[in-house]
Amino acid sequence: MPDILKMENIKREFILGPQVVKALRGISFSVQTGEFVSIMGSSGSGKSTLLNLIGCLDKATEGDYFLDSTNVKSLDKNELAELRNKKIGFVFQSFNLLPRTSALENVELPLLYQKGISRSERKERAMQALEKVKLADRFEHTPNQLSGGQQQRVAIARALVNEPVLVLADEPTGNLDTRTSYEILNLLQELNRDQQKTILLVTHEPDIATFSSRTLILRDGKLLRDFQNITVRSAKEALAAIPVNDDF
Amino acid sequence: MNFFNLLRIALKALRRNKLRAFLTMLGIIIGVGAVITMMAIGSGSKQSIEETFSSMGTNMIIVRPYSNIPLPGGVRIGSSNIQSLTLKDVDKIRGEVTNISALSPGISSSGQAIRGAKNWPTNMQGASVDYLSIRKLSVSIGTNFNEEHEKSFAKVCVIGQTVVKNLFEPGENPVGQIIRFGKIPFQVIGVLTEKGQNTFGQDQDDIIVAPYTTIMKRVKASIYIQNIFASAEKEELSEEATKNIIAVLRSSHKLRKEQENDFDVRTQQELISTMSKTSNMMTTLLTAVAAISLVIGGIGIMNIMYVSVTERTREIGLRMSIGAKSRDILLQFLTEAIIISITGGLIGVLLGISATYFIANFLKWPTIINQNAMLVSFLVCVLTGVFFGYYPALKASSLDPIEALRYE
Ligand SMILES: Nc1ncnc2c1ncn2[C@@H]1O[C@H](COP(=O)(O)OP(=O)(O)O)[C@@H](O)[C@H]1O
Ligand SMILES: [Mg+2]
Repeated sequence: MPDILKMENIKREFILGPQVVKALRGISFSVQTGEFVSIMGSSGSGKSTLLNLIGCLDKATEGDYFLDSTNVKSLDKNELAELRNKKIGFVFQSFNLLPRTSALENVELPLLYQKGISRSERKERAMQALEKVKLADRFEHTPNQLSGGQQQRVAIARALVNEPVLVLADEPTGNLDTRTSYEILNLLQELNRDQQKTILLVTHEPDIATFSSRTLILRDGKLLRDFQNITVRSAKEALAAIPVNDDF
Repeated sequence: MNFFNLLRIALKALRRNKLRAFLTMLGIIIGVGAVITMMAIGSGSKQSIEETFSSMGTNMIIVRPYSNIPLPGGVRIGSSNIQSLTLKDVDKIRGEVTNISALSPGISSSGQAIRGAKNWPTNMQGASVDYLSIRKLSVSIGTNFNEEHEKSFAKVCVIGQTVVKNLFEPGENPVGQIIRFGKIPFQVIGVLTEKGQNTFGQDQDDIIVAPYTTIMKRVKASIYIQNIFASAEKEELSEEATKNIIAVLRSSHKLRKEQENDFDVRTQQELISTMSKTSNMMTTLLTAVAAISLVIGGIGIMNIMYVSVTERTREIGLRMSIGAKSRDILLQFLTEAIIISITGGLIGVLLGISATYFIANFLKWPTIINQNAMLVSFLVCVLTGVFFGYYPALKASSLDPIEALRYE
């Protein structure tokens, strides 16, 4: 399997007045297509900073980062935007759906920033993405007509619609209850297993990390551990194990 | 980013907040509407004033007694009470000024016109046979009086339509009938063609014209006249004719060099241009006030766009994270501002036209909708949108995506 991303001695420093905050202090690792990687660490350990670099929202102060064999270092702002548009799908803790906008239109959004996609193709692809997250029947609903879990599934559909090589999720279950969290994890596991989507998921909950195939643990901006999970928990089974309570 | 996607994104964003978009537009709507209406009223009244004066005779020259010198005690008196013009002046002008085609003394008397049980308060204008041609009046039934009538102090008159309506039964022919003005009986020998109201609301048909000799001798018993009316041969000659008349009158009144004129000569041309200037000034003033509201509308757009950018910081972050370039964000917000201003401008144009229509039809004010004014205020709107939308849009586009996504 080829490396879909490769980091070599990545450093990221923030200059805050006279102070230099070293958020990442030399990180190296690579990820292959089809992996499901969780990034763990305590608050402030640099997880989000790392994910932002991987997602080309930010550039490293030092080191090389290859995304799908492109060295990101040499790209300017516009080229980074284009790379995000074509190769990355983001899922956020707070969903970030546009209010008063239908699920379908929310999912279409990344395609609006791509050239040469007709209206009908855009609609069709957005519908397909909604089908993947099992929300095709809610395509006309606006975010305030959807539950938290459904909103996150719309957000995942939006992350999938451009057929990215990487899906990046920063604490995607942070705002959800356990059951809904497992539903989202089940969805991510299915995408990973059935469609070979490469997923990187940031979490600070060890429980969540057990559903991934590989875990990176950060501490103070350094990679503390990097290991394959020998037994990957199935979210589907975990979901079946918790009783269906009717308080939601 | 292609243009249609840009438009689609901007329209969708605006549709999410229709009421706000409308309220933002309101300033522009009112501004453009006001500019168009004010300019329509302005040019309408200007044209109407010009028409009024032209219909009164553009070649006309009027001489009035005038004194800037207060009487002992500092009292100034109205021009009609100053007695400085006489028939001798009229004769001198007739003899010495060559570039005039018609000349008439003027002396008027106000009083009650009576016929049987009917009466009507009006004004009797004493004048020569030339008066009707100078004032662009014409006789529709009967005839004007002639020089024989003048010489014989004949008690004849021509009357306007308003006088006809108030003294005669509908369908009755006034020609040949006798009316009384005060105690003096006059025979009606002609009726004037209807002229209607002028811009100032004066009824131009409320008039009786009689030989000046008759008024001077029988009605007012005065040797002074109140006005001299003349027509320059051509419009272009009015100024020269005026100069000649002034020279003749100064010598006739034996005024020394240092003495001021005891009369005042006005041409219709001067009046027209004075009135036009006044009405232009009013139009400019009203339009300026309206334009200020347009600028305030523009500032309203800027204000709301800034609020909108701040409020939608996360949206901007999200758009950037899914591939929007800075330029896409800049253009999106700029497009939103321009859509607001163009739509506001179009509604404003419609509002302006409707308001003008309303004013023209219900208030009966003269109006002219100026296409250039429409075009200009519309363009100003678009520029306002670009200008006032640019800075908020620039602010939006220069946000850092990570910070924007983290914004609470
Ligand atoms: N834009 C920034 N400016 C300054 N310091 C930052 C910035 N972003 C992150 N940091 C710092 O970098 C460190 C790592 O932050 P982050 O990656 O957000 O941690 P985590 O997501 O693991 O909680 C923290 O000490 C944080 O204060
Ligand atoms: Mg974080």
